[in-house]
Amino acid sequence: MSADFETHAYDVLVVGAGGAGLRAAIAASAAGAKVGVVTKSLLGKAHTVMAEGGIAAALANVDERDNWKVHFSDTMRGGAYLNQWRMAELHAKEAPERVRELEAWGAVFDRTGDGKILQRNFGGHRYPRLAHVGDRTGLEMIRTLQDHGIHRGMSVHMETTLVALLTDGGRVSGAVGYDRERGRMRVFNARAVVLATGGLGRIFQITSNSWEYTGDGPALAYRAGAELMDLEFVQFHPTGMIWPPSVRGILVTEGVRGEGGVLRNREGRRFMFDDIPPLYRQQTADTPEEGWRYVTGDRNARRPPELLTRDHVARCIMREVREGRGSPHGGVFLDIAWIKEKIPHAAEHIRRKLPSMYQQFKELADLDITAEPMEIGPTTHYSMGGVRVDADTQMSSVAGLFAAGECAAGLHGANRLGGNSLSDLLVFGQRAGHYAAEFAAQNGPARSDAAQIEAAARGATEVFERPATTAANPFQIQQEMQEMMQAKVGIVRTGPEMDQALAALAELGGRAAHIAVTGNREYNPGWHTALDLRNCLLVAEAITRAARERRESRGAHFREDFPEKSPEFGGFNLVLRQGADGGMELRRQPLPPMPPPLQAIIEEMK
Amino acid sequence: MPSAIFRIWRGAVAPRDAGPAARHDAGFVDYSLEITPGMVVLDAVHRIQAEQAPDLAVRWNCKAGKCGSCSAEINGMPRLMCMTRLNHLPLDRPVQIEPMKTFPIVRDLVTDVSWNYSVKRRIRPLAPRPPDAADGTWRMQQQDMDRVQEFRKCIECYLCQDVCHVLREHQGFDAFAGPRFFTHIAALEMHPLDRDSRLRELREEFGLGLCNITKCCTKVCPEYIHITDNAIIPLKERVVDEFYDPLKKLFRRKKGSAPA
Ligand SMILES: Cc1cc2nc3c(=O)[nH]c(=O)nc-3n(C[C@H](O)[C@H](O)[C@H](O)COP(=O)(O)OP(=O)(O)OC[C@H]3O[C@@H](n4cnc5c(N)ncnc54)[C@H](O)[C@@H]3O)c2cc1C
Ligand code: SF4
Ligand code: SF4
Ligand code: FES
Repeated sequence: MSADFETHAYDVLVVGAGGAGLRAAIAASAAGAKVGVVTKSLLGKAHTVMAEGGIAAALANVDERDNWKVHFSDTMRGGAYLNQWRMAELHAKEAPERVRELEAWGAVFDRTGDGKILQRNFGGHRYPRLAHVGDRTGLEMIRTLQDHGIHRGMSVHMETTLVALLTDGGRVSGAVGYDRERGRMRVFNARAVVLATGGLGRIFQITSNSWEYTGDGPALAYRAGAELMDLEFVQFHPTGMIWPPSVRGILVTEGVRGEGGVLRNREGRRFMFDDIPPLYRQQTADTPEEGWRYVTGDRNARRPPELLTRDHVARCIMREVREGRGSPHGGVFLDIAWIKEKIPHAAEHIRRKLPSMYQQFKELADLDITAEPMEIGPTTHYSMGGVRVDADTQMSSVAGLFAAGECAAGLHGANRLGGNSLSDLLVFGQRAGHYAAEFAAQNGPARSDAAQIEAAARGATEVFERPATTAANPFQIQQEMQEMMQAKVGIVRTGPEMDQALAALAELGGRAAHIAVTGNREYNPGWHTALDLRNCLLVAEAITRAARERRESRGAHFREDFPEKSPEFGGFNLVLRQGADGGMELRRQPLPPMPPPLQAIIEEMK
Repeated sequence: MPSAIFRIWRGAVAPRDAGPAARHDAGFVDYSLEITPGMVVLDAVHRIQAEQAPDLAVRWNCKAGKCGSCSAEINGMPRLMCMTRLNHLPLDRPVQIEPMKTFPIVRDLVTDVSWNYSVKRRIRPLAPRPPDAADGTWRMQQQDMDRVQEFRKCIECYLCQDVCHVLREHQGFDAFAGPRFFTHIAALEMHPLDRDSRLRELREEFGLGLCNITKCCTKVCPEYIHITDNAIIPLKERVVDEFYDPLKKLFRRKKGSAPA
């Protein structure tokens, strides 16, 4: 009986305590709303904590030629022009203010010589643009928001996982979840809900993402009737650790290349010079010498090809490996130690600029990055796609349901630039929180429906009631899904393989329906994996359907059977929703026309 | 492939409360596992979970030493499970893994660390001075931030809290904030923008005086923060200056007094 469930009521319920969720909660509180935050893990542990390289914002502290227009056009170019122009515009304009605000709340960024926030180079950004703290920027950001947020009067439900959203007619009315510690169901009534659940990397086998990244936000939204968008665009970061096996996928920050790290194949060749895409030829160094001048701050030099966009670098690495020029464990070499030829005290410099990378390799791989090259290969990193939202308010196609951060779509188009996620969290987290509070103030309480609550609770706990069969172990199914998605819907895709993937997903879904869980409800990882798996399978299907439909290669999406960009496909985003028959409906949503002044900016910056 | 035995605490009763003859519902359970190159303790726990004990409770997030979720005691040493390599442990005897002893147990390897969150809420946040640069922000020099940045490397793993005898042996939860929060307060006190002072609470509420500088906290910190030398001792000096030696106070205010 729903009356038995512990129930909480908020104006705004924020789902997620990463950068986007915390920023949204702070904004909603500031607007006067009563705010609740739920998070699957403890406060301060969300994925944002792992971000390394920095936050992109055109502060122009290091190069005064930078401004929002350059940031805007870099973001659009990086996204292969599938981005929602309005989001890219708002993001570029508001990011500097959001970063300065973090400083006022206690963040201590690295400094320039004259005492301003220091900015570093990153792939696809024309000027040094990333505000950072060594290579632990995400920790600084989440701690700042957490420590500021806990004094703003929000209630935080830690280790609480939502399993369903509740709706009242066309409007969101709350959510149902369970607490990890005791396994009890909880009901949250809310006038507005902000999804800030992060990404979906755990759908794949090799990933830099934590266990939380099971696509919950898009899955919850989809089941509540909202539209999803751009799911075919999954970013594979070019540099993940590959050896030893147990660390496979852990990220090696792009900051290594920003500080002068170079990529080489087994023959010692800097293969990135071999293939520079036409869109970037103007901006790329001709020689290693020019590249080095760029990373050391020569403003007249152009960036080395290692700092091209991630999709391109990842594919070049795959090419080297496939053509037999890879490193012993199936990747290539990333070398920062070589800078000792160029500067004195290089080892010390590397340890200071990249302290956690130094530590990570020393402790996990017995390798000293100041002396030897690293072995790296691509790793599933980021989802450009997610819940389709209004550019200004971040509201989804369901009234009162908002989304921000990695779980929302639109800003990054076909490919995200490094550093543009942390700024995304701040800019659109703030907007989502603000407009959710406004929505809550303008709309009365929604009705809560006991039947929906019952159904959600039953759906979440029925795995305990099934007879224990040996056939369906949630960990086993999860692993099979990850291997299958990596192989068939990974960096290189083809139509026939994706047909196979859909069949495999249907089969896995059938088996998942028979999962039985043993043990009790308290902190039971088998149970949690079974629940996360429902979301993974749904989102995996959405990714595959969208990727199969997009018969071209663009940004992070590469089709071996359609290796070129197609002007036709460049004109729309792919939108998914649940159809009347319960199946997935896919449609083409034409890009909104860009106003001429913004078009002019893009032309000018070409 | 070589194998190893993992002796893991199971149950919802803490090792210290289970008594020498562990009850039937709590105690160590041995799991034997094949091991592969590069494995860390958390990998072993995950594999046991997937293959032998699907309800084995463990808290983790990043598996990269960045989030501070996976704290436990491995062969009696407080450590992050995801950063403890098996090839650094003797494998001719069982690897013993148990929950942090200082905090109440939830189940298996998971403890209730919520007390730490309530301490943090009681510490007054940053009170920045008004912006004083022409562009409405501040200028700060890198050398003034180095020390604060050291403290802000903290990943809130609470291993220092786990090992500190004031909490572990004497259960001083009501009168003592613990080393994690001494570094937190030090970061605020030495922040170039902060105008507030938290010295009175340090002395009266947070029990700084109970710390007798054993340095156990510093030894276990996975972020290599010099908790005692760089945070606790300078704070103790400030408290002394503030309450017993007002003249020295004038010299030391807002300076990260001499590093060790
Ligand atoms: C290793 C690494 C390095 C990176 N470095 C950078 C960088 O330098 N610069 C940059 O811009 N970006 C970087 N990124 C990307 C960036 O960190 C992420 O995209 C971003 O942090 C996502 O933030 P978020 O707020 O959207 O979600 P998260 O920080 O992941 O937070 C998600 C929150 O939602 C909660 N949640 C999820 N599902 C549920 C549910 N069902 N119920 C309740 N709560 C739920 C989680 O518990 C968590 O609190 C990096 C990513 C990785 C993996
Ligand atoms: S130095 Fe002080 S705070 Fe650290 S462990 Fe010893 S008594 Fe505790
Ligand atoms: S100070 Fe060190 S040991 Fe203590 S919580 Fe922070 S990171 Fe962990
Ligand atoms: S899992 Fe994040 S520190 Fe170990």
